[in-house]
Amino acid sequence: MGVDPNAAFARHWKKTHGQKVTIRQSHGGSGKQARAVIDGLEADVVTLALAYDIDALAEHGQLVPRDWQSKLPDRSSPYTSTIVFLVRKGNPKAIRDWGDLMKTGVLVVTPNPKTSGGARWNYLAAWAWALRKPGGSEASAEQFVRKLYANVPVLDSGARGSSTTFAQNGIGDVLLAWENEARLLVEQVGRDRLEIVIPSLSILAEPPVAVVTRNVERHGTGEVARAYLEYLYSEEAQRLVAKHFYRPRLESVARGLGRRFPPVQLVTVDEVFGGWQRAQRAHFADGGTFDRIYRPGGE
Amino acid sequence: MGSQGRTRRGAVVTDPERRETLARTPSPVAWLLVAIAASFLGLFLVLPLVAVFAQALAKGLGPALAAIADDETLSAIRLTLMTVAIAVPLNVGFGLAASWAIAKFEFCGKSFLVSLIDLPFSVSPVVAGLVFVLLFGARGLLGPALADQGLQVVFAVPGIVLATTFVTFPLVARELIPLMQAQGNEEEEAAITLGASGWQTFRRVTLPKIRWGLLYGVILCAARAMGEFGAVSVVSGHVRGETNTMPLHVEILYDGYDFVGAFAVASLLALTALATLGAKSWIEARGPRRSVA
Repeated sequence: MGVDPNAAFARHWKKTHGQKVTIRQSHGGSGKQARAVIDGLEADVVTLALAYDIDALAEHGQLVPRDWQSKLPDRSSPYTSTIVFLVRKGNPKAIRDWGDLMKTGVLVVTPNPKTSGGARWNYLAAWAWALRKPGGSEASAEQFVRKLYANVPVLDSGARGSSTTFAQNGIGDVLLAWENEARLLVEQVGRDRLEIVIPSLSILAEPPVAVVTRNVERHGTGEVARAYLEYLYSEEAQRLVAKHFYRPRLESVARGLGRRFPPVQLVTVDEVFGGWQRAQRAHFADGGTFDRIYRPGGE
Repeated sequence: MGSQGRTRRGAVVTDPERRETLARTPSPVAWLLVAIAASFLGLFLVLPLVAVFAQALAKGLGPALAAIADDETLSAIRLTLMTVAIAVPLNVGFGLAASWAIAKFEFCGKSFLVSLIDLPFSVSPVVAGLVFVLLFGARGLLGPALADQGLQVVFAVPGIVLATTFVTFPLVARELIPLMQAQGNEEEEAAITLGASGWQTFRRVTLPKIRWGLLYGVILCAARAMGEFGAVSVVSGHVRGETNTMPLHVEILYDGYDFVGAFAVASLLALTALATLGAKSWIEARGPRRSVA
Protein backbone atom coordinates (compact mmCIF):
# COMPACT_ATOMS: atom_id res chain seq x y z
CA MET A 1 0.00 0.00 0.00
CA GLY A 2 2.91 2.34 0.71
CA VAL A 3 1.15 4.02 3.65
CA ASP A 4 1.62 1.27 6.22
CA PRO A 5 4.36 2.03 8.78
CA ASN A 6 4.54 -1.66 9.71
CA ALA A 7 5.39 -2.75 6.16
CA ALA A 8 7.85 0.14 5.93
CA PHE A 9 9.57 -0.97 9.15
CA ALA A 10 9.74 -4.57 7.91
CA ARG A 11 11.55 -3.33 4.77
CA HIS A 12 13.83 -1.13 6.88
CA TRP A 13 14.74 -4.04 9.20
CA LYS A 14 15.33 -6.39 6.30
CA LYS A 15 17.71 -3.85 4.78
CA THR A 16 19.65 -3.08 7.96
CA HIS A 17 19.61 -6.50 9.69
CA GLY A 18 18.84 -8.95 6.86
CA GLN A 19 16.03 -10.51 8.92
CA LYS A 20 12.41 -10.87 7.95
CA VAL A 21 10.17 -9.48 10.67
CA THR A 22 6.46 -10.20 10.87
CA ILE A 23 4.34 -7.73 12.79
CA ARG A 24 1.21 -9.18 14.34
CA GLN A 25 -1.37 -6.65 15.46
CA SER A 26 -4.18 -6.60 17.96
CA HIS A 27 -6.37 -3.50 18.04
CA GLY A 28 -8.90 -2.40 20.61
CA GLY A 29 -9.80 0.26 23.15
CA SER A 30 -6.77 1.41 25.14
CA GLY A 31 -7.97 0.30 28.56
CA LYS A 32 -9.12 -3.06 27.27
CA GLN A 33 -5.81 -3.73 25.50
CA ALA A 34 -3.82 -2.82 28.63
CA ARG A 35 -6.00 -5.23 30.60
CA ALA A 36 -5.34 -8.01 28.05
CA VAL A 37 -1.55 -7.50 28.26
CA ILE A 38 -1.74 -7.60 32.06
CA ASP A 39 -3.76 -10.82 31.80
CA GLY A 40 -1.12 -12.41 29.59
CA LEU A 41 -1.47 -11.22 25.99
CA GLU A 42 2.13 -11.66 24.80
CA ALA A 43 2.59 -8.22 23.23
CA ASP A 44 6.16 -7.06 22.58
CA VAL A 45 5.18 -3.42 22.12
CA VAL A 46 2.08 -1.46 23.05
CA THR A 47 0.84 1.75 21.44
CA LEU A 48 -2.04 3.01 23.56
CA ALA A 49 -4.23 6.10 23.87
CA LEU A 50 -2.87 7.48 27.11
CA ALA A 51 0.06 7.16 29.48
CA TYR A 52 -2.23 6.07 32.29
CA ASP A 53 -2.84 2.74 30.57
CA ILE A 54 0.89 2.03 30.25
CA ASP A 55 1.35 3.05 33.88
CA ALA A 56 -1.11 0.26 34.63
CA LEU A 57 1.29 -2.23 32.99
CA ALA A 58 4.02 -1.06 35.37
CA GLU A 59 1.74 -1.15 38.37
CA HIS A 60 0.09 -4.55 37.81
CA GLY A 61 2.60 -7.21 36.99
CA GLN A 62 5.73 -5.06 36.43
CA LEU A 63 5.51 -5.56 32.68
CA VAL A 64 7.27 -2.28 31.92
CA PRO A 65 9.69 -0.30 34.12
CA ARG A 66 8.14 2.55 36.12
CA ASP A 67 10.20 5.11 34.19
CA TRP A 68 9.02 3.76 30.79
CA GLN A 69 8.05 7.23 29.62
CA SER A 70 11.66 8.47 29.68
CA LYS A 71 12.95 5.59 27.50
CA LEU A 72 12.01 7.30 24.23
CA PRO A 73 11.96 10.95 23.09
CA ASP A 74 8.98 13.27 23.54
CA ARG A 75 7.63 11.43 26.58
CA SER A 76 7.42 8.27 24.48
CA SER A 77 4.81 9.59 22.09
CA PRO A 78 6.17 9.73 18.54
CA TYR A 79 3.11 11.53 17.18
CA THR A 80 0.36 13.66 18.63
CA SER A 81 -3.21 14.56 17.92
CA THR A 82 -5.82 16.82 19.40
CA ILE A 83 -9.54 16.92 20.01
CA VAL A 84 -11.69 18.53 17.31
CA PHE A 85 -15.40 18.72 16.48
CA LEU A 86 -17.01 16.89 13.61
CA VAL A 87 -20.33 18.40 12.49
CA ARG A 88 -22.85 17.80 9.71
CA LYS A 89 -22.17 19.53 6.40
CA GLY A 90 -22.90 23.26 6.53
CA ASN A 91 -22.69 23.23 10.33
CA PRO A 92 -26.48 23.66 10.76
CA LYS A 93 -26.26 24.16 14.54
CA ALA A 94 -23.50 26.82 14.14
CA ILE A 95 -21.02 25.09 16.41
CA ARG A 96 -17.78 27.10 16.52
CA ASP A 97 -16.31 26.50 19.97
CA TRP A 98 -16.70 24.53 23.19
CA GLY A 99 -19.27 27.00 24.54
CA ASP A 100 -21.70 26.08 21.76
CA LEU A 101 -21.82 22.47 22.95
CA MET A 102 -23.82 23.30 26.07
CA LYS A 103 -26.59 25.11 24.20
CA THR A 104 -29.98 23.46 24.51
CA GLY A 105 -30.93 21.38 21.51
CA VAL A 106 -27.35 20.46 20.57
CA LEU A 107 -26.76 16.71 20.72
CA VAL A 108 -23.12 15.83 21.48
CA VAL A 109 -21.67 12.38 20.75
CA THR A 110 -18.67 11.28 22.82
CA PRO A 111 -17.79 7.91 24.33
CA ASN A 112 -17.85 7.01 28.00
CA PRO A 113 -14.73 8.33 29.81
CA LYS A 114 -15.02 5.51 32.32
CA THR A 115 -14.19 2.95 29.62
CA SER A 116 -12.61 4.88 26.75
CA GLY A 117 -9.20 6.52 26.71
CA GLY A 118 -10.19 8.78 23.82
CA ALA A 119 -13.22 9.95 25.76
CA ARG A 120 -11.02 11.09 28.63
CA TRP A 121 -9.11 13.37 26.28
CA ASN A 122 -12.45 14.85 25.13
CA TYR A 123 -13.55 15.45 28.69
CA LEU A 124 -10.25 17.00 29.76
CA ALA A 125 -10.15 19.23 26.68
CA ALA A 126 -13.61 20.58 27.54
CA TRP A 127 -12.58 21.10 31.15
CA ALA A 128 -9.36 22.88 30.15
CA TRP A 129 -11.22 25.26 27.84
CA ALA A 130 -13.71 26.25 30.57
CA LEU A 131 -10.90 26.61 33.10
CA ARG A 132 -8.72 28.74 30.83
CA LYS A 133 -11.36 31.12 29.56
CA PRO A 134 -11.53 34.53 31.24
CA GLY A 135 -13.11 34.21 34.68
CA GLY A 136 -12.86 30.43 34.58
CA SER A 137 -12.49 28.42 37.76
CA GLU A 138 -12.73 24.78 38.88
CA ALA A 139 -16.38 25.40 39.75
CA SER A 140 -17.25 27.00 36.42
CA ALA A 141 -15.42 24.20 34.58
CA GLU A 142 -17.44 21.60 36.45
CA GLN A 143 -20.63 23.48 35.65
CA PHE A 144 -19.71 23.61 31.95
CA VAL A 145 -18.82 19.93 31.69
CA ARG A 146 -22.04 19.02 33.53
CA LYS A 147 -24.08 20.95 30.94
CA LEU A 148 -22.08 19.43 28.08
CA TYR A 149 -22.71 15.86 29.22
CA ALA A 150 -26.40 16.64 29.74
CA ASN A 151 -26.43 17.06 25.93
CA VAL A 152 -24.94 13.60 25.32
CA PRO A 153 -27.76 11.23 24.28
CA VAL A 154 -25.69 8.05 24.42
CA LEU A 155 -22.24 7.18 25.75
CA ASP A 156 -20.63 4.47 23.63
CA SER A 157 -17.95 2.38 25.30
CA GLY A 158 -15.23 3.27 22.78
CA ALA A 159 -14.22 5.98 20.34
CA ARG A 160 -14.89 3.85 17.27
CA GLY A 161 -18.39 3.09 18.56
CA SER A 162 -19.11 6.82 18.87
CA SER A 163 -17.84 7.43 15.34
CA THR A 164 -20.25 4.79 14.04
CA THR A 165 -23.12 6.26 16.08
CA PHE A 166 -22.47 9.69 14.61
CA ALA A 167 -21.48 8.95 11.02
CA GLN A 168 -23.21 5.67 10.21
CA ASN A 169 -26.33 5.89 12.38
CA GLY A 170 -26.71 9.64 11.94
CA ILE A 171 -27.21 10.41 15.64
CA GLY A 172 -26.16 13.77 17.11
CA ASP A 173 -25.09 17.21 15.86
CA VAL A 174 -21.43 17.09 16.84
CA LEU A 175 -18.90 14.34 17.47
CA LEU A 176 -15.96 14.99 19.77
CA ALA A 177 -13.09 13.05 18.26
CA TRP A 178 -9.38 12.83 17.83
CA GLU A 179 -8.32 14.89 14.85
CA ASN A 180 -6.98 11.81 13.01
CA GLU A 181 -10.21 9.87 13.62
CA ALA A 182 -12.28 12.88 12.46
CA ARG A 183 -10.20 13.31 9.28
CA LEU A 184 -10.41 9.59 8.54
CA LEU A 185 -14.17 9.70 9.01
CA VAL A 186 -14.52 12.64 6.62
CA GLU A 187 -12.52 10.68 4.02
CA GLN A 188 -14.63 7.56 4.55
CA VAL A 189 -18.08 9.14 4.73
CA GLY A 190 -17.49 12.03 2.37
CA ARG A 191 -16.73 15.76 2.38
CA ASP A 192 -20.27 16.41 1.21
CA ARG A 193 -21.70 15.10 4.49
CA LEU A 194 -19.34 16.07 7.30
CA GLU A 195 -16.99 18.91 8.17
CA ILE A 196 -14.43 19.56 10.86
CA VAL A 197 -14.54 22.48 13.31
CA ILE A 198 -11.38 23.38 15.22
CA PRO A 199 -12.11 24.87 18.65
CA SER A 200 -10.24 27.92 20.01
CA LEU A 201 -8.36 25.77 22.50
CA SER A 202 -7.81 22.06 22.70
CA ILE A 203 -5.66 19.49 24.41
CA LEU A 204 -2.42 17.99 23.15
CA ALA A 205 -3.20 14.28 22.90
CA GLU A 206 0.01 12.31 23.25
CA PRO A 207 -0.62 8.62 22.55
CA PRO A 208 2.35 6.81 24.08
CA VAL A 209 4.28 3.70 23.01
CA ALA A 210 6.40 1.30 25.06
CA VAL A 211 8.32 -1.94 24.83
CA VAL A 212 6.77 -4.55 27.14
CA THR A 213 10.04 -5.40 28.84
CA ARG A 214 8.88 -8.57 30.56
CA ASN A 215 7.54 -10.08 27.32
CA VAL A 216 10.50 -9.22 25.08
CA GLU A 217 12.87 -10.73 27.65
CA ARG A 218 10.98 -14.00 27.37
CA HIS A 219 10.72 -13.85 23.58
CA GLY A 220 14.23 -12.53 22.96
CA THR A 221 12.75 -9.78 20.80
CA GLY A 222 14.05 -6.76 22.73
CA GLU A 223 16.28 -5.41 20.00
CA VAL A 224 13.72 -5.48 17.19
CA ALA A 225 10.95 -4.19 19.49
CA ARG A 226 13.03 -1.19 20.49
CA ALA A 227 14.07 -0.59 16.89
CA TYR A 228 10.41 -0.67 15.84
CA LEU A 229 9.46 2.09 18.26
CA GLU A 230 12.56 4.15 17.46
CA TYR A 231 11.71 3.80 13.78
CA LEU A 232 8.41 5.62 14.44
CA TYR A 233 10.48 8.78 15.07
CA SER A 234 12.31 8.53 11.73
CA GLU A 235 11.55 10.89 8.88
CA GLU A 236 10.07 8.10 6.75
CA ALA A 237 7.70 6.94 9.49
CA GLN A 238 6.78 10.48 10.49
CA ARG A 239 5.63 11.13 6.93
CA LEU A 240 3.51 7.99 7.09
CA VAL A 241 1.87 8.88 10.41
CA ALA A 242 1.06 12.30 8.97
CA LYS A 243 -0.65 10.54 6.08
CA HIS A 244 -2.83 8.87 8.70
CA PHE A 245 -3.64 12.35 10.06
CA TYR A 246 -1.54 12.17 13.21
CA ARG A 247 0.57 15.27 13.84
CA PRO A 248 4.24 14.39 13.39
CA ARG A 249 6.82 15.32 16.05
CA LEU A 250 9.63 15.88 13.58
CA GLU A 251 9.89 19.60 12.76
CA SER A 252 11.17 19.00 9.24
CA VAL A 253 8.12 16.88 8.40
CA ALA A 254 5.60 19.06 10.25
CA ARG A 255 6.82 22.24 8.52
CA GLY A 256 6.09 20.89 5.07
CA LEU A 257 2.55 19.94 6.11
CA GLY A 258 1.42 23.23 7.61
CA ARG A 259 -1.80 23.36 5.66
CA ARG A 260 -2.70 19.79 6.55
CA PHE A 261 -2.64 20.54 10.28
CA PRO A 262 -4.09 23.97 11.13
CA PRO A 263 -2.50 25.57 14.20
CA VAL A 264 -4.48 25.18 17.43
CA GLN A 265 -3.79 26.60 20.85
CA LEU A 266 -2.94 23.47 22.81
CA VAL A 267 -2.60 22.72 26.50
CA THR A 268 -1.19 19.51 27.99
CA VAL A 269 -2.54 17.18 30.64
CA ASP A 270 0.59 17.81 32.71
CA GLU A 271 0.22 21.60 32.85
CA VAL A 272 -3.54 21.74 33.45
CA PHE A 273 -4.18 18.58 35.45
CA GLY A 274 -0.77 17.69 36.91
CA GLY A 275 -0.41 14.45 34.94
CA TRP A 276 -2.60 11.46 34.15
CA GLN A 277 -2.48 9.85 37.57
CA ARG A 278 -3.95 12.94 39.21
CA ALA A 279 -6.43 13.58 36.39
CA GLN A 280 -7.61 9.98 36.64
CA ARG A 281 -8.07 10.15 40.42
CA ALA A 282 -9.86 13.50 40.41
CA HIS A 283 -12.13 12.97 37.41
CA PHE A 284 -12.61 9.36 36.32
CA ALA A 285 -12.09 7.14 39.37
CA ASP A 286 -15.23 5.89 41.13
CA GLY A 287 -16.74 8.82 43.01
CA GLY A 288 -14.72 11.31 40.90
CA THR A 289 -16.07 14.40 39.17
CA PHE A 290 -17.47 12.49 36.21
CA ASP A 291 -19.60 10.29 38.46
CA ARG A 292 -20.87 13.43 40.15
CA ILE A 293 -21.82 15.34 37.02
CA TYR A 294 -23.16 12.62 34.75
CA ARG A 295 -26.69 11.32 35.03
CA PRO A 296 -27.52 8.64 32.44
CA GLY A 297 -30.11 9.90 29.99
CA GLY A 298 -29.37 13.55 30.69
CA GLU A 299 -31.38 15.86 32.91
CA MET B 1 -36.79 -32.39 32.81
CA GLY B 2 -38.58 -35.36 31.30
CA SER B 3 -38.55 -36.87 27.88
CA GLN B 4 -42.16 -35.96 27.19
CA GLY B 5 -42.67 -33.31 24.57
CA ARG B 6 -38.96 -32.80 24.04
CA THR B 7 -38.31 -35.50 21.49
CA ARG B 8 -38.08 -33.93 18.11
CA ARG B 9 -39.02 -37.21 16.46
CA GLY B 10 -42.51 -37.13 18.00
CA ALA B 11 -43.12 -33.67 16.65
CA VAL B 12 -42.06 -34.72 13.17
CA VAL B 13 -44.44 -37.66 13.14
CA THR B 14 -47.48 -35.54 14.08
CA ASP B 15 -46.55 -32.65 11.82
CA PRO B 16 -48.09 -33.86 8.52
CA GLU B 17 -51.42 -34.55 10.23
CA ARG B 18 -51.57 -31.06 11.63
CA ARG B 19 -50.74 -29.56 8.28
CA GLU B 20 -53.61 -31.54 6.78
CA THR B 21 -56.12 -30.20 9.31
CA LEU B 22 -55.02 -26.66 8.58
CA ALA B 23 -55.30 -27.21 4.86
CA ARG B 24 -58.85 -28.47 5.17
CA THR B 25 -60.07 -25.38 7.05
CA PRO B 26 -58.55 -22.23 5.53
CA SER B 27 -60.32 -19.84 7.88
CA PRO B 28 -59.52 -16.11 7.88
CA VAL B 29 -57.78 -16.58 11.23
CA ALA B 30 -55.45 -19.12 9.70
CA TRP B 31 -54.63 -16.74 6.85
CA LEU B 32 -54.04 -13.93 9.30
CA LEU B 33 -51.69 -16.07 11.36
CA VAL B 34 -49.79 -17.16 8.28
CA ALA B 35 -49.50 -13.55 7.13
CA ILE B 36 -48.18 -12.43 10.53
CA ALA B 37 -45.69 -15.26 10.68
CA ALA B 38 -44.54 -14.69 7.11
CA SER B 39 -44.06 -10.95 7.52
CA PHE B 40 -42.25 -11.50 10.81
CA LEU B 41 -39.91 -14.00 9.16
CA GLY B 42 -39.42 -11.70 6.22
CA LEU B 43 -38.54 -8.75 8.42
CA PHE B 44 -36.35 -10.52 10.95
CA LEU B 45 -34.73 -13.30 8.91
CA VAL B 46 -34.94 -12.88 5.16
CA LEU B 47 -34.34 -9.13 4.99
CA PRO B 48 -31.20 -9.13 7.20
CA LEU B 49 -29.87 -12.14 5.29
CA VAL B 50 -30.41 -10.39 1.97
CA ALA B 51 -28.79 -7.25 3.40
CA VAL B 52 -25.67 -9.21 4.38
CA PHE B 53 -25.22 -10.58 0.86
CA ALA B 54 -26.15 -7.27 -0.76
CA GLN B 55 -23.52 -5.39 1.28
CA ALA B 56 -20.91 -8.03 0.50
CA LEU B 57 -21.59 -7.72 -3.21
CA ALA B 58 -22.10 -3.94 -3.15
CA LYS B 59 -18.94 -3.42 -5.21
CA GLY B 60 -19.29 -6.60 -7.21
CA LEU B 61 -18.11 -10.15 -6.78
CA GLY B 62 -14.41 -9.33 -7.33
CA PRO B 63 -13.81 -7.18 -4.21
CA ALA B 64 -15.83 -9.61 -2.07
CA LEU B 65 -13.70 -12.56 -3.21
CA ALA B 66 -10.53 -10.50 -2.80
CA ALA B 67 -11.55 -9.74 0.79
CA ILE B 68 -11.97 -13.45 1.48
CA ALA B 69 -8.64 -14.29 -0.17
CA ASP B 70 -6.87 -11.82 2.15
CA ASP B 71 -4.18 -13.45 4.33
CA GLU B 72 -5.75 -12.40 7.62
CA THR B 73 -9.19 -13.59 6.53
CA LEU B 74 -7.83 -16.94 5.39
CA SER B 75 -6.07 -17.33 8.71
CA ALA B 76 -9.34 -16.55 10.51
CA ILE B 77 -11.13 -19.17 8.42
CA ARG B 78 -8.40 -21.75 9.16
CA LEU B 79 -8.53 -21.02 12.89
CA THR B 80 -12.33 -21.29 12.93
CA LEU B 81 -12.27 -24.62 11.10
CA MET B 82 -9.57 -25.95 13.40
CA THR B 83 -11.53 -24.90 16.47
CA VAL B 84 -14.59 -26.69 15.13
CA ALA B 85 -12.49 -29.77 14.32
CA ILE B 86 -11.34 -29.99 17.94
CA ALA B 87 -14.44 -28.79 19.81
CA VAL B 88 -16.96 -30.99 17.99
CA PRO B 89 -15.24 -34.38 18.59
CA LEU B 90 -14.68 -33.43 22.24
CA ASN B 91 -18.34 -32.65 22.63
CA VAL B 92 -19.38 -35.81 20.78
CA GLY B 93 -17.31 -37.90 23.19
CA PHE B 94 -18.66 -36.04 26.15
CA GLY B 95 -22.24 -35.99 24.89
CA LEU B 96 -22.26 -39.73 24.22
CA ALA B 97 -20.79 -40.55 27.62
CA ALA B 98 -23.14 -38.22 29.48
CA SER B 99 -26.32 -39.24 27.69
CA TRP B 100 -25.42 -42.93 27.97
CA ALA B 101 -24.91 -42.56 31.71
CA ILE B 102 -28.06 -40.51 32.19
CA ALA B 103 -30.39 -42.54 29.98
CA LYS B 104 -29.26 -46.06 30.87
CA PHE B 105 -28.38 -45.86 34.56
CA GLU B 106 -29.90 -44.71 37.80
CA PHE B 107 -27.51 -42.97 40.16
CA CYS B 108 -27.52 -40.40 42.88
CA GLY B 109 -27.08 -36.81 41.67
CA LYS B 110 -28.43 -37.57 38.20
CA SER B 111 -30.78 -34.61 38.00
CA PHE B 112 -27.96 -32.39 39.26
CA LEU B 113 -25.75 -33.65 36.44
CA VAL B 114 -28.51 -32.93 33.92
CA SER B 115 -28.82 -29.34 35.07
CA LEU B 116 -25.04 -29.01 35.15
CA ILE B 117 -24.92 -29.95 31.47
CA ASP B 118 -27.26 -27.03 30.76
CA LEU B 119 -25.02 -24.58 32.61
CA PRO B 120 -23.15 -23.27 29.54
CA PHE B 121 -26.53 -22.29 28.05
CA SER B 122 -27.55 -20.28 31.08
CA VAL B 123 -24.19 -18.58 31.69
CA SER B 124 -23.51 -15.47 29.62
CA PRO B 125 -20.70 -16.13 27.10
CA VAL B 126 -18.79 -13.14 28.43
CA VAL B 127 -18.72 -14.70 31.87
CA ALA B 128 -17.66 -18.01 30.32
CA GLY B 129 -14.73 -16.22 28.65
CA LEU B 130 -13.75 -14.33 31.79
CA VAL B 131 -13.70 -17.58 33.76
CA PHE B 132 -10.93 -18.84 31.49
CA VAL B 133 -9.00 -15.57 31.82
CA LEU B 134 -9.28 -15.85 35.61
CA LEU B 135 -8.10 -19.47 35.50
CA PHE B 136 -5.42 -19.32 32.81
CA GLY B 137 -4.48 -15.61 32.65
CA ALA B 138 -1.00 -14.37 33.55
CA ARG B 139 -2.33 -13.45 36.97
CA GLY B 140 -4.82 -16.32 37.14
CA LEU B 141 -4.97 -19.48 39.22
CA LEU B 142 -3.21 -21.86 36.82
CA GLY B 143 -1.77 -19.39 34.29
CA PRO B 144 1.66 -18.71 35.87
CA ALA B 145 2.42 -22.42 36.36
CA LEU B 146 1.47 -23.23 32.76
CA ALA B 147 3.43 -20.23 31.46
CA ASP B 148 6.53 -21.62 33.18
CA GLN B 149 6.02 -24.78 31.11
CA GLY B 150 5.86 -22.57 28.02
CA LEU B 151 2.14 -23.15 27.56
CA GLN B 152 0.07 -20.11 26.68
CA VAL B 153 -3.67 -20.76 27.07
CA VAL B 154 -5.61 -17.49 27.00
CA PHE B 155 -4.97 -15.08 24.11
CA ALA B 156 -3.82 -18.13 22.16
CA VAL B 157 -5.42 -21.02 20.29
CA PRO B 158 -5.94 -23.34 23.31
CA GLY B 159 -8.05 -20.69 25.04
CA ILE B 160 -10.22 -20.23 21.96
CA VAL B 161 -10.77 -23.98 21.70
CA LEU B 162 -11.56 -24.23 25.42
CA ALA B 163 -14.06 -21.37 25.33
CA THR B 164 -15.75 -22.76 22.22
CA THR B 165 -15.94 -26.25 23.69
CA PHE B 166 -17.46 -24.80 26.85
CA VAL B 167 -20.27 -22.88 25.16
CA THR B 168 -21.13 -25.75 22.78
CA PHE B 169 -20.91 -28.32 25.57
CA PRO B 170 -24.64 -29.12 25.97
CA LEU B 171 -25.58 -29.35 22.29
CA VAL B 172 -24.80 -33.02 21.59
CA ALA B 173 -25.83 -34.25 25.04
CA ARG B 174 -29.11 -32.31 24.94
CA GLU B 175 -29.91 -33.96 21.62
CA LEU B 176 -29.12 -37.50 22.76
CA ILE B 177 -30.48 -37.68 26.31
CA PRO B 178 -34.22 -37.46 25.44
CA LEU B 179 -33.71 -39.71 22.43
CA MET B 180 -31.98 -42.42 24.45
CA GLN B 181 -34.51 -42.14 27.26
CA ALA B 182 -37.38 -42.54 24.82
CA GLN B 183 -35.81 -45.55 23.17
CA GLY B 184 -35.43 -47.45 26.39
CA ASN B 185 -33.01 -50.27 27.24
CA GLU B 186 -34.70 -53.42 25.92
CA GLU B 187 -32.53 -53.95 22.87
CA GLU B 188 -29.31 -53.32 24.76
CA GLU B 189 -30.43 -55.74 27.49
CA ALA B 190 -31.22 -58.36 24.86
CA ALA B 191 -27.80 -57.90 23.26
CA ILE B 192 -26.02 -58.28 26.56
CA THR B 193 -28.10 -61.36 27.43
CA LEU B 194 -26.98 -62.85 24.10
CA GLY B 195 -23.37 -62.37 25.18
CA ALA B 196 -22.34 -59.10 23.51
CA SER B 197 -19.70 -57.01 25.27
CA GLY B 198 -20.38 -53.41 26.32
CA TRP B 199 -18.51 -52.01 23.33
CA GLN B 200 -20.25 -54.37 20.88
CA THR B 201 -23.62 -53.39 22.33
CA PHE B 202 -22.82 -49.73 21.92
CA ARG B 203 -21.47 -50.06 18.40
CA ARG B 204 -23.98 -52.55 16.97
CA VAL B 205 -27.16 -51.67 18.87
CA THR B 206 -27.10 -48.19 20.42
CA LEU B 207 -25.15 -46.25 17.81
CA PRO B 208 -27.38 -47.21 14.87
CA LYS B 209 -30.43 -46.22 16.92
CA ILE B 210 -29.12 -42.77 17.78
CA ARG B 211 -27.04 -41.90 14.73
CA TRP B 212 -29.50 -39.38 13.28
CA GLY B 213 -29.88 -37.62 16.59
CA LEU B 214 -26.12 -37.65 16.96
CA LEU B 215 -25.58 -36.24 13.49
CA TYR B 216 -28.12 -33.54 14.22
CA GLY B 217 -26.30 -32.64 17.43
CA VAL B 218 -22.96 -32.56 15.61
CA ILE B 219 -24.32 -30.16 13.01
CA LEU B 220 -25.80 -27.84 15.62
CA CYS B 221 -22.57 -28.00 17.60
CA ALA B 222 -20.42 -27.22 14.56
CA ALA B 223 -22.64 -24.29 13.56
CA ARG B 224 -22.54 -22.79 17.03
CA ALA B 225 -18.78 -23.36 17.33
CA MET B 226 -18.20 -21.47 14.09
CA GLY B 227 -20.39 -18.56 15.07
CA GLU B 228 -19.43 -18.13 18.71
CA PHE B 229 -18.48 -14.54 19.40
CA GLY B 230 -18.77 -13.52 23.05
CA ALA B 231 -16.68 -16.04 24.94
CA VAL B 232 -14.09 -16.26 22.18
CA SER B 233 -13.82 -12.47 22.02
CA VAL B 234 -12.83 -12.36 25.69
CA VAL B 235 -10.07 -14.98 25.43
CA SER B 236 -8.85 -14.27 21.90
CA GLY B 237 -6.55 -11.26 22.33
CA HIS B 238 -7.55 -10.32 18.75
CA VAL B 239 -4.09 -10.85 17.25
CA ARG B 240 -4.69 -10.58 13.51
CA GLY B 241 -3.55 -13.58 11.55
CA GLU B 242 -3.17 -15.61 14.73
CA THR B 243 -6.03 -15.60 17.22
CA ASN B 244 -8.85 -14.11 15.19
CA THR B 245 -11.80 -16.33 14.39
CA MET B 246 -14.25 -15.50 11.60
CA PRO B 247 -16.86 -13.71 13.77
CA LEU B 248 -14.12 -11.63 15.42
CA HIS B 249 -12.65 -10.83 12.03
CA VAL B 250 -16.02 -9.54 10.85
CA GLU B 251 -16.03 -7.07 13.72
CA ILE B 252 -12.46 -5.95 13.02
CA LEU B 253 -13.17 -5.37 9.33
CA TYR B 254 -16.36 -3.48 10.17
CA ASP B 255 -14.56 -1.27 12.69
CA GLY B 256 -11.93 -0.54 10.05
CA TYR B 257 -14.65 0.77 7.69
CA ASP B 258 -14.06 -2.21 5.40
CA PHE B 259 -17.75 -2.93 4.88
CA VAL B 260 -17.34 -5.12 1.81
CA GLY B 261 -14.79 -7.27 3.63
CA ALA B 262 -16.86 -7.48 6.80
CA PHE B 263 -19.98 -8.55 4.95
CA ALA B 264 -18.09 -10.91 2.66
CA VAL B 265 -16.86 -12.85 5.70
CA ALA B 266 -20.30 -12.51 7.28
CA SER B 267 -21.76 -14.03 4.08
CA LEU B 268 -19.50 -17.05 4.52
CA LEU B 269 -20.87 -17.48 8.04
CA ALA B 270 -24.40 -17.02 6.76
CA LEU B 271 -23.79 -19.64 4.08
CA THR B 272 -22.66 -22.15 6.68
CA ALA B 273 -25.82 -21.35 8.63
CA LEU B 274 -27.91 -22.00 5.53
CA ALA B 275 -26.02 -25.24 4.93
CA THR B 276 -26.77 -26.22 8.51
CA LEU B 277 -30.47 -25.56 7.93
CA GLY B 278 -30.36 -27.65 4.77
CA ALA B 279 -28.59 -30.50 6.52
CA LYS B 280 -31.07 -30.28 9.39
CA SER B 281 -34.14 -30.59 7.21
CA TRP B 282 -32.49 -33.38 5.23
CA ILE B 283 -31.92 -35.29 8.45
CA GLU B 284 -35.43 -34.61 9.72
CA ALA B 285 -36.95 -35.76 6.45
CA ARG B 286 -34.80 -38.83 6.10
CA GLY B 287 -33.70 -39.79 9.59
CA PRO B 288 -36.83 -41.19 11.28
CA ARG B 289 -37.80 -43.35 8.29
CA ARG B 290 -34.37 -44.92 8.25
CA SER B 291 -34.19 -45.53 11.97
CA VAL B 292 -37.77 -46.82 12.15
CA ALA B 293 -37.25 -49.22 9.24
